[in-house]
Amino acid sequence: MHIMWFTERAYHHVPEDEVLKLRSFFGVPNKFFDPHKGAQLLNQYLDEKIYTDELGTFDGVMLNEHHGTPFCMGAVMDVEAAVLARCTRKVKIVLLGNPLPVVGNPLRLAEELAMIDMISGGRLVPGWVRGAGSEQLANNANPAYNREYFEEAHDLVIAAWTRPGPFRWEGKHFNYRFVNPWVLPLQKPHPPIWIAGLISPETVRWCAEHRYPYVALATMLEPTLELWKMYTDRAAQMGYQAGPENFGYLQPVFVHETEEKADELGRNFLYGGGFSHFARPEWMFPPGYNSKAATKRLASLYANPNTPGLSFVSKDHTEDLNALRKTIYAAYAGSKENLQMITGTPKTVIPKLRKVLAVLRPGIFSFWLDGPAPAKDRMTCLKLLGTEVIPQLREIGKELGLEGPFERKPGSVPLGPSGKPEYVGSMAGLQA
Amino acid sequence: MANKEWTEEKVRVGDTDLVVVKGGKGKALLILHGELGWPGWMPWNSALAKDRTLIAPIHPGFGKTAMADWIMSIRDLAGFYQRYVREQKLGPVDVIGHSLGGWIAAEMAAANPAQFSKMILVAPTGIRPPQGEIMDMFTVTARVYLTRGAADAQKPDFTKLFGGEQTPEQFEAWEEARAETARLAWEPYMFNPSLPHLLEGIDGVPTLLLWGKEDAVVPLSVAEVYQRSIKGSTVVAIDNCGHYPAVEQPAEFLKQVQAFLG
Repeated sequence: MHIMWFTERAYHHVPEDEVLKLRSFFGVPNKFFDPHKGAQLLNQYLDEKIYTDELGTFDGVMLNEHHGTPFCMGAVMDVEAAVLARCTRKVKIVLLGNPLPVVGNPLRLAEELAMIDMISGGRLVPGWVRGAGSEQLANNANPAYNREYFEEAHDLVIAAWTRPGPFRWEGKHFNYRFVNPWVLPLQKPHPPIWIAGLISPETVRWCAEHRYPYVALATMLEPTLELWKMYTDRAAQMGYQAGPENFGYLQPVFVHETEEKADELGRNFLYGGGFSHFARPEWMFPPGYNSKAATKRLASLYANPNTPGLSFVSKDHTEDLNALRKTIYAAYAGSKENLQMITGTPKTVIPKLRKVLAVLRPGIFSFWLDGPAPAKDRMTCLKLLGTEVIPQLREIGKELGLEGPFERKPGSVPLGPSGKPEYVGSMAGLQA
Repeated sequence: MANKEWTEEKVRVGDTDLVVVKGGKGKALLILHGELGWPGWMPWNSALAKDRTLIAPIHPGFGKTAMADWIMSIRDLAGFYQRYVREQKLGPVDVIGHSLGGWIAAEMAAANPAQFSKMILVAPTGIRPPQGEIMDMFTVTARVYLTRGAADAQKPDFTKLFGGEQTPEQFEAWEEARAETARLAWEPYMFNPSLPHLLEGIDGVPTLLLWGKEDAVVPLSVAEVYQRSIKGSTVVAIDNCGHYPAVEQPAEFLKQVQAFLG
């Protein structure tokens, strides 16, 4: 199992009311940003990742990218990845991911990533995402061409890494008369690629076609299994049996020396409404960003006031911010109950983590820590994860046969003679 | 609505089955809908259909007509409609275009004025406002865009069409229209810098530029540029009216259109 750690590089010095008023992190006016405080935080986050490496038990650190939001200051993840490439020794640097559709120049991206792979000594795992809807607005990337940009930029980056240059590229959206990047990745034929996502079935199927592991970003357990099934079915059509090496899961986990302290960390995760206030629906779903099928789903969701992510934002018209805050933090207990969030001491989180692993059977697992908290509490969490939780998690992984993508090549297991795939994971795992 | 004042037919244009709403009798009048799609047959259509044949194609990608992959700009779409007018032998034809539909008509006129006999542009986009800016429909919901664009969104004429609970069907239709508009007009937003240059000196196409005085979507300053570019064009600005004259001030709108078309 590949075990890693992730944090958004949040800027928490924004009054929570500003986020609540807007029902959105994206779009909070940047007058609330103080670069001195931002600089301190960015370095703290880098230090944490370096510490993760020093602990020696983590396999990787995971980065992502967002624009125009205090939710995440990592607006150019490759900058951070470059620092980590040089300042860490062992961990894989996992990018989940570069938002291909908003990168105006995919060839430059291929060059940046090749440099990071070389500097790190071949520890880069470059992943791609479509980018949240708000990223399209922030970068003026036409959302109606989002998937086309994604697929063509992907093909171009892979070609730039693998096809001998110079060659000419004349696509629908990208044109180059001279593709011949001098710097090329150390890993051959190219670094392993993973894909992160939330709900889009199109992405899941595309992933299966390319034999790229799919990392579900803290989705609910049951819908996650549906994604696994979709992947596995497509994989079977491609002639291979998907296994744990094809799947990853990101899980908010808050560990501290006492239950109370861990609980405090966990509660902070809901700061500003958490992910449900990431951006307003009109910014999450700009025109054409969703496929027709996804729009159809969304159309019915709009009629349902209980839709996660949309409920607070579009249906809660209260002007009373304290009432809204109460609603938000009231969701905390439920999130722990359904294992969306796991908090506790090393001893008490293990059985809960085991349940998640038994249900989803992922070969890639990432801890996720976020929410405003003192640096020392974050470090305590990391230390306990690295020294006490991970060793036990590895044992569970072995016991459950959770091979990661570095142990078994994703897509390398041929489909069994029956021609019918075996599905990965089951809700029965909750009884484990 | 008394059916069947209109019918729907499919017309083959290149690789596209263009869905065309057709109704009435008499001389043809081409209607080009705006950025949120064909709003349906309205009372002003019924009134004009008494002595005109209304021809209202649903633009490719706006619902009933499938998207055409190669149409990536309003100029592409204008070229598509020039082919349609040519192949259906409609020209020279009277045309009325609303907002984005007005932009399409203007692009067609710039390429070949001879295909039009008379042109009515209702608050057309297409030209960068010398003052102000065109309201961005892509950072708000369709409903908010419509509401902000009207002078009085509470007026029954307006709420009848755009008010009430949003149904899933309406949401889907609007999303589809917004997606196609994004494909065509994302950047620069809703205008082509070369259009005023290409329109300059167009002569022989009597043109009515019809605007709401309180249009918050396309500033009135755009009307002045159109008027300067198209010889003999007239601006009529309607009182107490926003971006949707046909919906907000139907009587005045109809009066102006009928007077102009004769």
